[in-house]
Amino acid sequence: MSQTADKQPVLAADGTPLKQALDAALFRNRMRAFMLVLPLLLFLFVTFIIPIGIFLSFGIHDPVFSKFMPKTSAVLSDWDTTSEPTEDMYAALVADMVVARKDKTIGRAATRVNRELSGTRSLFTSSARKAAKLEAPFKESLVAVKKQWADPEVWKAMKVASRSWTLGYYANALDYKQVADGSFEPQPENRQIHVPLLVKTLWISLQVTLYCLILGYPIAYLMSNLPARTSNLLMILVLLPFWTSILVRTTAWIAMLQSQGVLNDLFVLFGVTDDDNRYSMIYNKLGTLIAMTHILLPFMVLPLYSVMRGIPPSYVRAAKSMGATNWTAFSRIYAPQTIPGIGAGAILVFIVAIGYYITPALVGGQDGQMISNVIAFHMKSSLNWSLAAALGGVLLVVVMTLYWIYDRVVGIDNMKLG
Amino acid sequence: MKFNQISLGVAAALVMGATNAADTITVVSWGGAYTVSQVEAYHKPWMAKTGNSIISEDYNGGLSEVKAQVDAGNVKWDLVDVELSDAVRGCDEGLLETLDASVLPAGADGSAAADDFIDGALQDCAVASIVWSTIYAYDNTVIDGQPSTIGDFFDLEKYPGKRGLRKSPKANLEMALAADGVAAEEIYDVLSTPEGIDRAFAKLDTIKGETIFWEAGAQPPQLLADGEVVMTTAYNGRIFNAMAAEGKPFEVVWDAQVFDMDLWVIPKGAPNKEAAMDFLAFSTSTEQLAAQASWISYGPARKSSAPLVGHYDGKPELEMAPHMPTAPENFGTAIANDFEFWADNQDELNERFNAWLAS
Repeated sequence: MSQTADKQPVLAADGTPLKQALDAALFRNRMRAFMLVLPLLLFLFVTFIIPIGIFLSFGIHDPVFSKFMPKTSAVLSDWDTTSEPTEDMYAALVADMVVARKDKTIGRAATRVNRELSGTRSLFTSSARKAAKLEAPFKESLVAVKKQWADPEVWKAMKVASRSWTLGYYANALDYKQVADGSFEPQPENRQIHVPLLVKTLWISLQVTLYCLILGYPIAYLMSNLPARTSNLLMILVLLPFWTSILVRTTAWIAMLQSQGVLNDLFVLFGVTDDDNRYSMIYNKLGTLIAMTHILLPFMVLPLYSVMRGIPPSYVRAAKSMGATNWTAFSRIYAPQTIPGIGAGAILVFIVAIGYYITPALVGGQDGQMISNVIAFHMKSSLNWSLAAALGGVLLVVVMTLYWIYDRVVGIDNMKLG
Repeated sequence: MKFNQISLGVAAALVMGATNAADTITVVSWGGAYTVSQVEAYHKPWMAKTGNSIISEDYNGGLSEVKAQVDAGNVKWDLVDVELSDAVRGCDEGLLETLDASVLPAGADGSAAADDFIDGALQDCAVASIVWSTIYAYDNTVIDGQPSTIGDFFDLEKYPGKRGLRKSPKANLEMALAADGVAAEEIYDVLSTPEGIDRAFAKLDTIKGETIFWEAGAQPPQLLADGEVVMTTAYNGRIFNAMAAEGKPFEVVWDAQVFDMDLWVIPKGAPNKEAAMDFLAFSTSTEQLAAQASWISYGPARKSSAPLVGHYDGKPELEMAPHMPTAPENFGTAIANDFEFWADNQDELNERFNAWLAS
């Protein structure tokens, strides 16, 4: 039987082998499906993946110094970082400074080195002004202009800056510092800010997720068990703030919580506290927690609600009819069925919370700031986009890792959004 | 606002019956009362004079938009109002056009532009229009007594209550040292040493627990008005505006004010560079700078404008001169913001400040 099948394949109506005809038909279907998603794919690729990829590359690629100081970079790559800088190195530096001064690129190179060693920016710009007039031996003449040029630390900073492909920014994002010989050492203690801030960001996000769950679970339960008309009203009450701008809701919390605000006025009125001891509930971590919990609550309620709607009430009734107490029926029958909703809500709230920016910026004060506020600072103020990219990269890796752990522990298939 | 100005510009062009095609330039500034003062003193007269029109946009400071536009080769802005440190850094980073100061008109008193502008007002890539200042202010209905020195700001026993500070080491470190007894002209020498930085942070430590930190210039008057703080550092124009336009009972203390400048810059590759340069020269002339000072209490960057500064718009009883950072009675202990120092040390001090905030 199989032998005849091998020799004489089954033919389709037009005489081609059936297998081939089937493949062709499937291929056409797949192509059609692919063409349908192609616009979206292209859109995502052009507006999302390419820009993010380019931006993330800033975190490991910074060619500014080697581009504008090419001769110095070349001699620095042969320098062992411990021996005395040679006359050749000084000569290359002066030659580069003359060109960079003429092209007005000296400032960019100087800014790059200044990130490694504070105070070198003015050293470069002021020396470059005089570089064209300097004569050999360059070592003596340059040190005569500014005595810092004899300091090996300046050369070490240049050596670090001259590496175009560098892990220095990622090291900085993790409170380490790349030194001249390529190894890493911890930042001085009073400059370590990123790791504590990252930990704090995760901790705040975790707390917000927990509070959202505690507050959202009963609401979702109520909505899914009330008659349609009442639950629709509740649903509108959940969605209305969801549709209001984040800025408006955050500002409303300022009016509510500030020391001369509504809540404190009520406390004073009812004698909870007196006029001189009003509570500080905003411009600190508490303010960030309250405002973020409120803003992110719908992200928890909506998935929970849709999952709870799908749980037949007969299960709990059956448990009770067999003698289960209210608590047993809830904890053994009802709650396990809501886990997909809890998982979806928690991961939504947590991941959105990690990247929160505007709310902590407005109500966070000094101890309610999160890592995005530092990224925004490096984007907008210090223009150190490479460090911003590295911080963003670290955040991305952390989120991916947590997502992976979540998948291993809870299972992503267990998640139900609706 | 935007449409208003465009239609104004168009109307002006029609009235003038301009024969050559009118230009439209995009001028970017800080918004609020400050932009209003520029529109009244610079934009409207320039549009009426040249028949060109202006699109006015607001931004929040910093060079990130300029950098993004220049790096992408798609520059939309023709003229931007920036702080001194950004003007210097933007020039360093090759983001700004080099400006030729020789096209600036001479002062009304005949002195050449180079002599007429105050020190530091003419940079390679920027021309200053105003002098502004970081001062501290208080609400005189809340405070018992009359704070008059920078030391009073740090004295929690004499004047209890919350303080407001900008969330940035700039101006805070200078004021802290001044309060600790360092003379204005020695501040940056002391700050250049590690011990000096420790000293400034130690002084800030004394009020840290009672401090609310602000970021946007509009926040401090609001914090004062809400009673959230009893004293706060602020930009002097914002406090003046709350006093003059809204009648708030605020007082400004000028001791150890840290003064700085705002400057016009042209992003590299701006689409209408020539018209922008014409506007720049027009707006920084003696009369226009003096006219702006009747709208907001920022001092003109030309010496020849000072005698022409008059009254607050619509309030003849309110003389502007005593509210200027540059007024002699306010200027005695003023600290000039040293942009070289900040350009060199801001990375390190920002990290240190942020670590200090979080600790």
